[in-house]
Amino acid sequence: MYVAVKGGERAIENAHRLLANARRGDQSVAEVSLDQISEQLGLAVDRVMSEGSLYDRELAALAIKQARGDLIEAIFLVRAFRATLPRFGASEPVDTGAMRVRRRVSSTFKDIPGGQILGPTFDYTHRLLDPSLAEGFVPEAPSMAEASTAPTPRVTDILGRDGLIEASPQAEDGASVGDLTREPLNFPADRDLRLQNLARGDEGFLLAMGYSTQRGYGRNHPFAGEIRFGEVEVEFAAEDVGFVVPLGSIELTECQMVNQFKGSATEAPCFTRGYGLAFGQSERKTMSMALVDRALRARELGEEVGAPAQDEEFVLSHSDNVQATGFVEHLKLPHYVDFQSELGLLRKLRKQFAEASAEANAPDAMKEAAE
Amino acid sequence: MTQHNTQQAQRQAAMAVLAHAEAGEIAARLRTIPSPGHQDLRAPESGLVMLRARVGGDGAPFNLGEATVSRAAVRLASGEVGFGYTLGRDGEKARLIALCDALVQSRDFGAAVERDVIAPLREQLMIRRKQAAEETAATKVDFYTMVRGEG
Repeated sequence: MYVAVKGGERAIENAHRLLANARRGDQSVAEVSLDQISEQLGLAVDRVMSEGSLYDRELAALAIKQARGDLIEAIFLVRAFRATLPRFGASEPVDTGAMRVRRRVSSTFKDIPGGQILGPTFDYTHRLLDPSLAEGFVPEAPSMAEASTAPTPRVTDILGRDGLIEASPQAEDGASVGDLTREPLNFPADRDLRLQNLARGDEGFLLAMGYSTQRGYGRNHPFAGEIRFGEVEVEFAAEDVGFVVPLGSIELTECQMVNQFKGSATEAPCFTRGYGLAFGQSERKTMSMALVDRALRARELGEEVGAPAQDEEFVLSHSDNVQATGFVEHLKLPHYVDFQSELGLLRKLRKQFAEASAEANAPDAMKEAAE
Repeated sequence: MTQHNTQQAQRQAAMAVLAHAEAGEIAARLRTIPSPGHQDLRAPESGLVMLRARVGGDGAPFNLGEATVSRAAVRLASGEVGFGYTLGRDGEKARLIALCDALVQSRDFGAAVERDVIAPLREQLMIRRKQAAEETAATKVDFYTMVRGEG
């Protein structure tokens, strides 16, 4: 328990003023604009949108600026802002198969219909710091090639045609879609709630959890069946309009993980799958998410459950960095009363200990008498 | 019924273009056609829409996360009611889309708004998409097999 303490008002006000100055830094250096953050630190914006669970580039850029680049603080700001707006409803489910892909790779098939498209990627860069980027860098114009109009089907759809991979679970008629922003999470949680939780979960946490499955804590033999990044259209059934209206497009990254087979006496063996989806270009996040999604299906698939990544209560209760940082960081708020009572108890225990020791070391006569 | 469906498809197609344009671009195009009297039926407001996706891309729906959305409704003096919805917090853009939607339905202004507002914005959108598609296509891998034991 922490208590409100009076008397800090002026110190707090001055601390905030100091923070505003520290945020601005040396005022002889140009101020960073939201456009600059959005355009040049785009992947930070993507992460804040994903984990802030709010698609709005400008707001995410503002949050990053306000948080001085502390992305978890920025995510916290976005989540708090989101709570101030009314919700008009839910969109139609987006169709990632109809994505205008900017990048699309498969590590399972070389020759996928539509091809392997590298897009803007760090892959195959040498990870050497580039001094030419320090100032005044103007990139060469992108190369162009004739664009194909051929569709780019999901790799899992291709495998699915031959029954080599399990089909995605379909919703039962009239089933509602779980929403953990409306009802608290209960266990066991269904796949829809698990995916919502993972989609807004901390990238670092999911990365570590996914990595742990690869190292043997709940191994599930993953292949990156497909990773795609690009634009999808969003549609919304607006009651007042009376039909489905287009809202514009958003950028998404999708990862289809293809995992070890399952089968039974009655079902032919087939690959299983894990799914990752996030706002923006968030490849590490979606790959980690897909690994963890698959690990969390262990019970459903009749696998031995024992590793941390397979424990849904453990994973889903610790994935949210806003909750986590709130609880960890609240430790620095005044706990004076709690601490006083602990201190009182400790003093009492030490006194008892001292008395007991004194008794134990008392003159032999007394000891003998006691025996 | 068919006529109703045709008009609905036309309105959706117009909205699909307008949602991708900037408010300033729409406003600039609208200034090139005569504007009939109109009033706000619903003042622009911003809110959230929960974005849904599907498990595995094609399975049961789940909630991915929210997006900011703005909406507005406009009525022309001649009675047509238009609606505007768009991602983001630009209420003025939603109002302009609503005005266009009302104009699309109008007998007097439907052709003009399609020709001078929607069509040029659609062309601009197609050019942007084509450019992005061509830049992307240049990063497509052309595999070739190295033949061993020759040369």
